[in-house]
Amino acid sequence: MQKSLHIDPMKCTGCLQCEMACSYENEGVFNPSKSRIKVFNFEHEGRFVPYTCTQCAEAWCLHACPVEAIQLNKGTGAKEIKNSLCVGCKVCTIACPFGTVNYSQETGKVIKCDLCGGNPQCAEACPTGAITYVDANWTGLDKMRAWAAKTANAEHTA
Amino acid sequence: MQHIIIGAGPAGVIAAETLRRKDPFCSITIIGDEPEAPYSRMAIPYYLIQKIGEEGTHLRKTQDHFRQLRIELLQGRVQTIDTRRHLVKLENGTQRDFDNLLIATGSRPLKPPVPGIDLPNVHNCWTLEDGRKIASQLAPGTKVLLLGAGFIGCIVLEALALRGVNLTVVEMGDRMVPRMMNKTAGGMIKTWCEQKGVAVHTSTKVMKIESTTGAQPVPEEQRTPTAEPDKPKGFLARFFGSSEVKPVEQTTSVDKTKHVKEPLLVHLDNGEILAVDMVISAAGVKPNTDFLQGSGIQVNKGILVDHHLQTNVAGIYAAGDVAEGRDFSTWNLDVHAIQPTASEHGRVAALNMAGEQTYYRGSFNMNVLDTLGLISTSFGLWMGVASGDSGEFHDPDRFHYINLEFEDDVMVGATTLGMTQHVGVLRGLIQNRVQLGEWKARLKEDPTRLMEAFLACTQSANMTWMPR
Repeated sequence: MQKSLHIDPMKCTGCLQCEMACSYENEGVFNPSKSRIKVFNFEHEGRFVPYTCTQCAEAWCLHACPVEAIQLNKGTGAKEIKNSLCVGCKVCTIACPFGTVNYSQETGKVIKCDLCGGNPQCAEACPTGAITYVDANWTGLDKMRAWAAKTANAEHTA
Repeated sequence: MQHIIIGAGPAGVIAAETLRRKDPFCSITIIGDEPEAPYSRMAIPYYLIQKIGEEGTHLRKTQDHFRQLRIELLQGRVQTIDTRRHLVKLENGTQRDFDNLLIATGSRPLKPPVPGIDLPNVHNCWTLEDGRKIASQLAPGTKVLLLGAGFIGCIVLEALALRGVNLTVVEMGDRMVPRMMNKTAGGMIKTWCEQKGVAVHTSTKVMKIESTTGAQPVPEEQRTPTAEPDKPKGFLARFFGSSEVKPVEQTTSVDKTKHVKEPLLVHLDNGEILAVDMVISAAGVKPNTDFLQGSGIQVNKGILVDHHLQTNVAGIYAAGDVAEGRDFSTWNLDVHAIQPTASEHGRVAALNMAGEQTYYRGSFNMNVLDTLGLISTSFGLWMGVASGDSGEFHDPDRFHYINLEFEDDVMVGATTLGMTQHVGVLRGLIQNRVQLGEWKARLKEDPTRLMEAFLACTQSANMTWMPR
């Protein structure tokens, strides 16, 4: 059963432990600015919204890559950056309509969520259950796909 | 079913793979005219700076990829297409019949009408072979004049600067990247480049290029491979190889009567004469359609295609840089010579060729560029629309800029400078015609609240993943 990240912003307190865990797991430092999941602060409404890649079926980033540096992990369903192949052209960063692929000037490569290979540390770290890693069927994945499909600019007509 | 694809770029390769996925039994041939494995032109600048080797430019990395998918790669150049008999004829005499044909021949560099443009040491930077030639002649301090500061010129500029060459850019337009950036952003890019030690001449024309050694123009057919493939970097170079852009001494105007050691003199319309080692011409590109003359296939700027990427001739499709199809934003016909369009075109054309009727809404114009570390993007109708309005954030000291263009409460275009995080949401907002409601006023007031606007407008009240 494929699993995916389920985000429930109503439970988010803005503690940023997900960002710390993500940056530590993936970059070896506790540095929220290097996190692949970001918590957005709606100051006036007192809300926090964690946000990261949905591993959408359309895989805009993967298809836009000119050098096959974004590949599907068949086990987790994640679209993963292959650092050794990424040339840093950034086309995926504009192709992704969710804005979840970012460019790092430090490394000259792009960065995105890869579900930590099937054990996402943001979900591990979240103390309130705002981020969980559950069976894909439960997460509203269909809703995500509906939004992704709405974004698609090609559709079957027959 | 016999499918022939002309062109081994991203559109052609993705089309071939899509066809194979849809039909395990059909026959698929890609005809390409370069003696290379299918590769990405977009990767050439990264090859020039030795970030990758030649194999790093290849579209597919798995050995045997095409053989495993039973996709035949045929090297040769198509001379004519017989649309009545469904036949392609190659220059070497080979003939092939097809049931469906995809023309994905891409584009080629425009040759600016400048005397001396055919001299030795004047190059395009378009093919992998061009890349090899340029790489073999580059050394720190080499004086290079870049003719054209469009998108491709700027990408090449980045690569050249990283190689430590002494660089001068000459652009006819009044700013850098005039077809991608508005005046403010184009001006900021120019300032940035100048601060990095590149001499930038805008609103300037190259009048002629002259040889100082008496060299004669090289005829087109003799512009053949000469250079050795670039050797991988040595041990020390890997450690000390510069990735920093250092300010370099600028090429200064010369007194023509004095002896110069550089092989070329470039005359500008402002009277300046520059002595350089190399000129790289990046004066725009043009769809490769010449071979279609008399074929009956309709060509305007590019090959005209419908919403299924079919040409006016049934069974013949076109994709990528060579195709002139619907622009998502304007609903006009246009050529979008960009990677995402090539890959989408390739996929959609192939689905239709495989008999799976697929409607393509239109291509979305967007670009991302890195000029010596300053990252810029533009999306959709970045120049705005007559009845629209806009919001602007401008911080010239930090080289940050965001311009958002609206029509009613929908974003229709955007430009950014110095933004590397979440920039794709601009595509999401524009392409989905997301109604911004109260967020439009907030964005006009402060365009940096982009992510807030995106999240608020694309997620439902309980903030799970749903469009509002």
